[in-house]
Amino acid sequence: MMASIQNLIADNHFVVFSALKVVVVIFLALLPMVAYAVLAERKISAYIQDRLGPNRVALPLISSIPIIGPFLTKLGFWQPMVDGVKSFLKEDFTPAHVRKVYFWLAPAITLIPAFLTVAVIPFGSTLGNEKMVIADLDVGILYTFGIVSLGVYGIVLAGYAANSKYPFLGGIRSSAQMISYEIAMGLSVIPVFLLVGNLNLSSVIGYQTGLLHILGATMPLPNWLAFKQPLAFLIFWVAAFAETNRLPFDLPESETELVGGYNTEYSSMKFALFFMGEYANMITSSAMMVTLFLGGWTLPFWGLDQPATSIPMGLAHIGIFIGKMLCFMVVFIWVRWMLPRFRYDHLMDLGWRRFIPLTLANILVTAFILWVKR
Amino acid sequence: MIVKRDKLNFWERLYLPAIIGGFKVTLRHFFKKKITMQYPEEKWVVPPGYRGAPYLVKDQEDRTKCVSCQLCEFVCPPKAIRITPPGPAGSPEAGNVEKAPKEFEINMLRCIFCGFCQEVCPEEAIFLMQDYSLTGTSRKEMIYNKEKLLALGGVHQDKIQKWKQKADEAKEQGVKP
Amino acid sequence: MSATPTTETKPAPPAVETIKVKVDGKEIAVPKTMPDPLTGKPVPTTMIQACALATVDVPHYCYHPKLPVVGNCRMCLVEFGTPAMGPDRKPVINPDGTPKIAKSPRPAIACATPISPGMEIYTTTPGVKQMREGVLEFLLINHPLDCPICDQAGECKLQEYSVDYGQATSRFVEEKVHKPKQVDLGPRIVLDDERCILCTRCIRFSKDIAGDDALGIVNRGSYNTLSAYPGKAFDNNYTLNTVDICPVGALTSKDFRFKMRVWFLKETKSVCTSCATGCNIVIGSREEKIYRYEPRENDAVNSCWMCDTGRLNYKWIGSENRLTEVRIGKETTTWTNALKEISGKLANVKAGSVAMVASARQTNEELFLLAKLGKKFNALTDSVPRMQEGDKLLVSADRNPNSNGAKLTGISPAQMGSNLPKIAEGIRNGSIKTLIVFGEDVTKHGIGADLLGKLETLIVSEILPNKTTELAHYILPGCAHAEKRGSFVNGKGRVQRFLKAVEPKGDARPEWEFLHELVYQVTGQNGFASIEGLFNQMAQEVPAFNGVTWAALGDTGVTIQI
Repeated sequence: MMASIQNLIADNHFVVFSALKVVVVIFLALLPMVAYAVLAERKISAYIQDRLGPNRVALPLISSIPIIGPFLTKLGFWQPMVDGVKSFLKEDFTPAHVRKVYFWLAPAITLIPAFLTVAVIPFGSTLGNEKMVIADLDVGILYTFGIVSLGVYGIVLAGYAANSKYPFLGGIRSSAQMISYEIAMGLSVIPVFLLVGNLNLSSVIGYQTGLLHILGATMPLPNWLAFKQPLAFLIFWVAAFAETNRLPFDLPESETELVGGYNTEYSSMKFALFFMGEYANMITSSAMMVTLFLGGWTLPFWGLDQPATSIPMGLAHIGIFIGKMLCFMVVFIWVRWMLPRFRYDHLMDLGWRRFIPLTLANILVTAFILWVKR
Repeated sequence: MIVKRDKLNFWERLYLPAIIGGFKVTLRHFFKKKITMQYPEEKWVVPPGYRGAPYLVKDQEDRTKCVSCQLCEFVCPPKAIRITPPGPAGSPEAGNVEKAPKEFEINMLRCIFCGFCQEVCPEEAIFLMQDYSLTGTSRKEMIYNKEKLLALGGVHQDKIQKWKQKADEAKEQGVKP
Repeated sequence: MSATPTTETKPAPPAVETIKVKVDGKEIAVPKTMPDPLTGKPVPTTMIQACALATVDVPHYCYHPKLPVVGNCRMCLVEFGTPAMGPDRKPVINPDGTPKIAKSPRPAIACATPISPGMEIYTTTPGVKQMREGVLEFLLINHPLDCPICDQAGECKLQEYSVDYGQATSRFVEEKVHKPKQVDLGPRIVLDDERCILCTRCIRFSKDIAGDDALGIVNRGSYNTLSAYPGKAFDNNYTLNTVDICPVGALTSKDFRFKMRVWFLKETKSVCTSCATGCNIVIGSREEKIYRYEPRENDAVNSCWMCDTGRLNYKWIGSENRLTEVRIGKETTTWTNALKEISGKLANVKAGSVAMVASARQTNEELFLLAKLGKKFNALTDSVPRMQEGDKLLVSADRNPNSNGAKLTGISPAQMGSNLPKIAEGIRNGSIKTLIVFGEDVTKHGIGADLLGKLETLIVSEILPNKTTELAHYILPGCAHAEKRGSFVNGKGRVQRFLKAVEPKGDARPEWEFLHELVYQVTGQNGFASIEGLFNQMAQEVPAFNGVTWAALGDTGVTIQI
């Protein structure tokens, strides 16, 4: 019996472990992270606004454990759980005037691309014999951009399907905004691949090991592309804000003018799917930035920049990756309260007239330097 | 009037001062003392003169001060008050006051806590007290009757006690009050 | 309807000489004499009457236009002047040609001072204002200021004038004189002596109008007290009028006492239904409940008064056991069903086999429609007479409010009630098979339960249940006069209309409304679906009403020839 199972696993090694990775990454890592990202957002927002944020939900047995129980309650640790329950229990209201098929389709189309992107991101080196990436594609970054560009359909569709003015305006805004910034984003990473010479994301990480050398001198900085290509990093970062519709670029939603933007007519779980999509996008954007510019799962000391040889080290790599990602998440959340929303023409101006010329110049300069160094 | 906007200089156009400024403000607030009040456990200290729920009061001699003159019913903007006067029999228990409400109902769902009833009351019999959180599980429960209003209102320490004064004066003059 | 309204049939009063006076600078011509309120003999016009004609309000307590003048409250003090006379007894003329006015050094009470030619009356001078303030302050010295428990609050002259001329605070620091409160003056009146301002209106009314000299003032000075004659109850049939004319809350009605504040009452113009006098009344109601009747001034009918019996005869309207359901036998049904079935039955009856007893408490319009129905079947119709003893003031011997209406519309014969035995006989010998009864209990008037049992069809419209309704095959719940509009003809031939004060109870409907439908279904004659149209149609078809219109009735009615 056991033997037959082992045989089966051995025969279909790739399928079994890919499936396992998908399940673990999506359902045990990404979804809880989305849920707790929402909690983090609520807590950090509250603290910045001199409030306390969620601190009420208590589980019967756990909350009676001394110190830990009350601490978790005060932290709002169980809040995501009841939020989820609430989303399911709320009345799922479909207004009479909507285009039903698209109305139902839109939340799913928003969420799925966000999850698909995770496939090519190496979230660790190795664990045993397994590479910690779901699909180690040679065209990883192309795949990512292909999938990310699908995300706009969900929002545009939501705006269109709702058949009312505010969602419609939100949908139109998001289509223009996301397409514009996708160009800047795409162009900004070209120098990275000029340097790496490969589109595989694992290669990108491999390139970023060791310490930074500038003009032959060793700097006390890791050899991350963020330091080699600061302009590309900055533009990619800003574009990531625009792509995820986060402040200061949340014009598709912009409550002050558009009620709720593209999700005005949504309620209950369908609204929650949009909400989850937004946070999933934030997480994948953070993961992309970590991989492309901050050396992925590596750290330039204690040999942490070499693929793991033992299980604890593999786990440490995963931890490093997640830690770096969380830093970006906090920045995502924090920036929301730092900057006011852009005016739409300023947004377009920044994208088309500043970033695109800058990225093009960056490509030329990088190419020129590489040509000279050759 | 046209407000001329200054042109931003290069430094400002980098957005960096704005970002740093925003970061400073948010960081300062992040570590500030929080002002949230944990409501059901902690309660707000109601300032004097606060207009909470209107209740009826009794005087020191345990007499319902209301004489059912119905001025509050008349003045009440949302028509939340409904008084049933005693009718021809009067109210023998009220003594020389002759009149007391047979029933006095305030629909707390309708009440807007404007305080007109307190202002108009010639007998100082109704006061807007400090209760601000009234709850009930049915509409009927939110219509407070005389007993409930009196129980919630308590005793008013009336300094003048005009009816007692009148009765005493009449007694002194040998007239049945 | 273009007929001109009929005018009063009284002979025109003889022309009265007029004199010109100025009230607050406005010159008006005033009759030199006016009829005395009691005797009707011409007496010199007073300043207060001249002011009333000039629509200038002079505050007063003891003066009442329908009572003798006593001039004891001093509230109506005014300043005045008369044309100055030179030593040659000729008027002194100012340089601009106007007569010089010699202003009187002292004020005069407007209620008892006759006017003279060229007189000028000043009611707005600072002096007058000061005098009113002074008088009011004195009146309030011993007043208990218990407005919160006083029934008069809201219609109290003391309150009204306090707003105009009162002081914000009292200067009186001494102890007030206390007097008896809650004095049981009679079966319908409670007296609060502390509130009394001693205007003596009630005394004058009882003595001079009601003819029952029961009230008087006793004690002296601050201890002046209104009191009934010892051992004599103040119980004549007009006592409640003293409550109306009492300017303060001293006299209150036991019936209305502590029932409802007057400012909540909706006032509807109506007519009393307790006898053929048809006193004009105001119905005070709040939220579909009637609280009181008050007399309404109509010099052609009741002056300012009404009797206690009539005034208290409103409680049955709000009775618990009112008929509120349309019934076929004992089954509750709808108006549509009942009227359809009734008209179906009536379509098949033989002419002459129908009789009708309609009450002389129904309105003219209803009786007119019933008469139409009766004509169709050549029915024997009658009403029930109610003759009792009348009095010399207002109570008529005929206790039906609309006997003349019943006669004029042809429902009742000249001798009311003379057809009732014929109807009873008709039922007994089987020639009458269908009886229509409106608003009467015929079992008390010669058509007993045994006779009613012989009928094939008994259609009854009533307000309250009785023996007849118990036996009825069809019950159509009707309305009290306060729940509908209509008109009565009083004993002297005055057509008076009344308006709707409250909504009918339950399924009850105004009789004229469903009669209009019934008449249409039975005779095919369509009429007016509004009371105005119906009255005007009746005025055209019934000779006695010719030329009268609903609009011309106004608030006080029109007298017709009967």
